[in-house]
Amino acid sequence: MELSPQAAKPVIDVRGLTKDYYLGEIVVPALRGIDLQIFPGEMVAIMGPSGSGKSTLMNMIGCLDSPTSGEYYLDSLLVSDLHDDDLAVVRNQKIGFVFQKYNLLPRIDAIENVALPLRYSKNTDNMRQRAEAALQAVGLGDRMRHKPNELSGGQQQRVAIARALVNEPAILLADEPTGNLDSQSGREIMELLLKLNQQQNTTIVLVTHDPTVAANAERIVQLFDGLVKSPEAIS
Amino acid sequence: MKFLQALKEAIASLSANKTRSLLTVLGIVIGVGAVIGVLSIGQGAEASIIGQIESIGTNVIYVYRGNSAKNVTNPRRLTLTDADALSNRVRAPHILNVASVLFGQTSVRFGDESTQTSIMGVAENYAEVTDLDLSEGSFFTESNVTSRSSVVVIGPELAERLTGRRTGIIGTTVHINNYPFRVVGITTAKGGSQFSNPDLDVYIPITTMQMRVQRQSDTNAVDFLLIQAQDSQSIDLAIQEAKSILRTTHRLTSRQPDDFTLTNQEDILSIANSITKVLTIFLAGIAAISLLVGGIGIMNIMLVSVTERTREIGLRKALGARKFDIQLQFLTESAMLSVFGGLIGIGLGWLLGKIVGLIAANSGTPLIPEISLKSVLLATLFSLAVGLFFGWYPALRAANLEPVVALRYE
Repeated sequence: MELSPQAAKPVIDVRGLTKDYYLGEIVVPALRGIDLQIFPGEMVAIMGPSGSGKSTLMNMIGCLDSPTSGEYYLDSLLVSDLHDDDLAVVRNQKIGFVFQKYNLLPRIDAIENVALPLRYSKNTDNMRQRAEAALQAVGLGDRMRHKPNELSGGQQQRVAIARALVNEPAILLADEPTGNLDSQSGREIMELLLKLNQQQNTTIVLVTHDPTVAANAERIVQLFDGLVKSPEAIS
Repeated sequence: MKFLQALKEAIASLSANKTRSLLTVLGIVIGVGAVIGVLSIGQGAEASIIGQIESIGTNVIYVYRGNSAKNVTNPRRLTLTDADALSNRVRAPHILNVASVLFGQTSVRFGDESTQTSIMGVAENYAEVTDLDLSEGSFFTESNVTSRSSVVVIGPELAERLTGRRTGIIGTTVHINNYPFRVVGITTAKGGSQFSNPDLDVYIPITTMQMRVQRQSDTNAVDFLLIQAQDSQSIDLAIQEAKSILRTTHRLTSRQPDDFTLTNQEDILSIANSITKVLTIFLAGIAAISLLVGGIGIMNIMLVSVTERTREIGLRKALGARKFDIQLQFLTESAMLSVFGGLIGIGLGWLLGKIVGLIAANSGTPLIPEISLKSVLLATLFSLAVGLFFGWYPALRAANLEPVVALRYE
């Protein structure tokens, strides 16, 4: 019984979110009142020129930073008021991060990198098997024992995606996931993300300035000067 | 489980920077090594000193002239008359035996070999009072003493220095103060320090000493007396008896303080004990300063490591690590560093003790360094504490990093 996205409860519900930075006495508003809903199974791209606030918004959605005002419900949980350690638990359980620079730990092999979020979660049963399954899902079943420097950029990003998925999060947050890759690898990573979105109904939020990457999304959110610019639906 | 994981990660991260880790722990290694070494040598020295003092005999009271606690002008010399008075069984029922000793330095010569050593003029009962054992021959007899015989009992080390042998020299003639003496006995080796080595001592009859070595006009005077109490329980009574007898023979009025001093071995033991203890603590304290320096080194390197791994910390936080997780990770590393250093340091200290022990043994001083389980445990715990204390601040700094800032760090 497939519901249309709008009929379901939004997995990300942002209301009137603002964020101010302080440079000494000067207040720099990075976000000036963002309203945004993202529904389960959606693939949304957040775009905007540099300085538009898209990195700040990503940090808010990723629970890496707290807003100045406004509310943020993630998976029906009000997270905008939570404190550091509670936010850590939310990040661990609800969010999978994919970074532009992969951010794998160089000393440990692929499977241990993938298992890292499990180590910080309450449920530490069958860590190996779950990490193996996640690596197989991104097509790296034969590279589990390789260290990051023994893998190509595309493969490293696949490991990072497996790591993001291993705790079965509510959303996958990808910050310029193809930014460090050649076009061929970039295409493959986008295909993988699309496959995850279509076959496993993973909610994906893409932050990018690359229109060809953003074109893969069902919906593009344009940010400009800390505000959502255009009507949401594009595709 | 969580802690085991932290331990595993700490090992991995420390072994990724092997040279740096080793250099960092060097301070702790040297600190713990010095403390352990000093403690073990101190304990060995204590045991050796106590052994030497105890080897004299457990129920002996020393009597010497003067009184350091009171201001005594012109103290009387101790005399053979004093010794006779002390030997009175009726007045001093708890005194078993009294040995009079004349003490001096002299040269002893055998052939071309000559050496300077301390010489004691004693009566035949000296061997009994002080539990002096002979490895060869016998101590001189009462008739040797009364007839002022030129006989001598010498220590084994002196025998070796003079003749090159420790045995088979009974009947040989040595020259003391240029008078010929016949060797009648060799004492059993006891070992001793550089300052007092009984194995180098020379014993001759007290009467002979008066005539041949000291040539004093006052043939009654002695340098000190050794009183043997009936048993170790009656030492205090024997001291009281000796005190009242000596006050009488020295004709002291009740207002005059003693012009002699009585000490027993317990006193000497406790003094020697406290001296070695204070010295050991003092030296160990100095050595502990290097532990402090080592701790600061660890703090320094941990701060560098936190800075270097800012992105890693940011990533771990993004993946769900709480403050406590990050703190645990860095504290485990610093604690492991310093405990590792501590363990190597214990080995180094042990080696240090061994080397000092070997040097001591070669120079004729039996000093066996002892490493007690207590000091090993203490050193391990102390280095753990150093690691936790000096790792606390860097770990806290890591734990308090903002994930956004840390992730953006280049």
